[in-house]
Amino acid sequence: MKRFIGFIRKEFYHIFRDRRSLFILFGMPIAQILLFGFAITNEINNVNIAIQDHSKDASTLEIINKISNSKYFSIKQIISREAEIESIFQKGKIKAVLNFEKDFGRNLIKEKSAKIQIITDATDPNTANSITNYINAILQNYQLEKNKSIQIDYQIIPQTRMVYNQELKSVFMFVPGVMTIILMLVSAMMTSISITREKELGTMEILLVSPLKPFQVIIGKVVPYIFLSIINAAVIVLLSIFIFKMPVEGSLFLLGAESVLFIITSLALGILISTISDTQQSAMMISLMGLMLPVILLSGFIFPISSMPAPLQVISNIIPAKWFIIIIKGIMLKGVGLAFVWKETLILIGMTVFFIAVSVKKYKIRLE
Amino acid sequence: MKNENVIEVENLTKAFGAFKAVNAISFEVKKGEIFGFLGANGAGKTTAIKMLIGISHPSSGKAKVVDYDVYTQPEAIKRNIGYMSQRFALYDDLTVQENINFFGGIYGLSRKVIREKSKNLLVELGMHEISSKLVGSLPLGWKQKLSFSVALLHEPKIVFLDEPTGGVDPITRRQFWEMIYKAADQGTTIFVTTHYMDEAEYCDRVSIMVEGKIEALDTPKNLKQQFKVTSMNEVFLKLARNIE
Repeated sequence: MKRFIGFIRKEFYHIFRDRRSLFILFGMPIAQILLFGFAITNEINNVNIAIQDHSKDASTLEIINKISNSKYFSIKQIISREAEIESIFQKGKIKAVLNFEKDFGRNLIKEKSAKIQIITDATDPNTANSITNYINAILQNYQLEKNKSIQIDYQIIPQTRMVYNQELKSVFMFVPGVMTIILMLVSAMMTSISITREKELGTMEILLVSPLKPFQVIIGKVVPYIFLSIINAAVIVLLSIFIFKMPVEGSLFLLGAESVLFIITSLALGILISTISDTQQSAMMISLMGLMLPVILLSGFIFPISSMPAPLQVISNIIPAKWFIIIIKGIMLKGVGLAFVWKETLILIGMTVFFIAVSVKKYKIRLE
Repeated sequence: MKNENVIEVENLTKAFGAFKAVNAISFEVKKGEIFGFLGANGAGKTTAIKMLIGISHPSSGKAKVVDYDVYTQPEAIKRNIGYMSQRFALYDDLTVQENINFFGGIYGLSRKVIREKSKNLLVELGMHEISSKLVGSLPLGWKQKLSFSVALLHEPKIVFLDEPTGGVDPITRRQFWEMIYKAADQGTTIFVTTHYMDEAEYCDRVSIMVEGKIEALDTPKNLKQQFKVTSMNEVFLKLARNIE
């Protein structure tokens, strides 16, 4: 046991004396969570739009007021000529133009119908889509108010409720994803690099010739990263609770336990990577290409799995991050207990056992 | 006492498929001997050493190191030997003292023993003033000496040195061999591989491996007589050429 403590102390020296790894360990989680929380968002907020009003009557004024009063849009420009539209889109600041037809108000009353054109800059299709939807909603709302006095035969009133994230904050979606990425990165990449480093330096050979058993060497290498990853997970959860007001509906204990499980899964993956790579560089490449990209693209972190093509949906099942994201979303947002995530938990445990078994086998082949 | 064997190898073989990297080698090494283990690159030296230090299983044959069997007691062997590789593997980002503490620690030495030993060791190496410097900042020769001392820290019965003097200048090499002699005088058996034939002359006995087999084994003096040449270099070249 004493040998073991000495080993772990040595491992901490390595970590604390290497600025690069310190930065990855502690700088990155905080930077990422703030970046995803503040800068990267799917929400529409203060989108700059321009208005071309050929009618300039009471009803167009009313609609324009309604739009500019919403927090979603700010009217930056009033244009008078059709030709200007192209040039303002090219400048890129204005994302949408509203074009009221001539005699809008009169048509509305006399013809019972009037036209408004919504032109959006679809270089970013998601934003363009959202802008259109938001403007449509505002117009619908205006119509309903106008028609209050008039008797309509029937009417459908949809009552929507967005459960678990009433305000549709995208940070709620990013926090689980970022936490997953960070834990994966720190655990898998850092351990595989630190193990292959010993191979590269030739110290692994010395350790294997020492009375330490191979599994003791490996466990000694990963224990410090378990500690650091737990600290990281805690920092992320605290940041998201206190800065982004993210709720933790479920049990904090379960969240912690599941996080530790995922950390161990990632460490096992890191050990596996280190058994197949001989240099730090290849370990890093495998971790980045083999882990980061699938985690970002296929785990359901950013792109919903249900809208992926069928083959990708199948592939997404072998990505541990997918299951962990389901688990933490469930615990943090829905407040579910183990009864609802036992299946995902079992899958993670199964994957961990598999990674360790393969590593042990690879390791033995090496020794033969 | 001087005739006691600390390594006994009989028909030791390591095969990778049909290729025999080590082909039925047999030899003994006596206690306190400096045993030179020579051979060209790829002759099977490293594979043979790996079997002797318990990190590779032999395909067939027998081998005993410090009275322990390489098949059944590799752990006991590991506790009783020291090992230094060609890369003088120490941790560059740890200080001299921390390296000593760490390697002493994994061999199970108590803190008190480590403290005493490292004090003597640092004075002997003339490194007591730089014990808190990072090893990465030391010149290669110093790293090499420190690495050797660290390999001796737990008082092993045998030290395996795998090309310990690679890339080091002749003066430092000479000083290093003085350290080896000193350790041998104190009863430690030295098992050393090298590419430098002048170093082969320093050994008590030398074996030369060619293509997986030991082709010659005797004192440097006898070998030179046997091949009717004046230096180990010529012995080595003659052997390698005959095989080709």
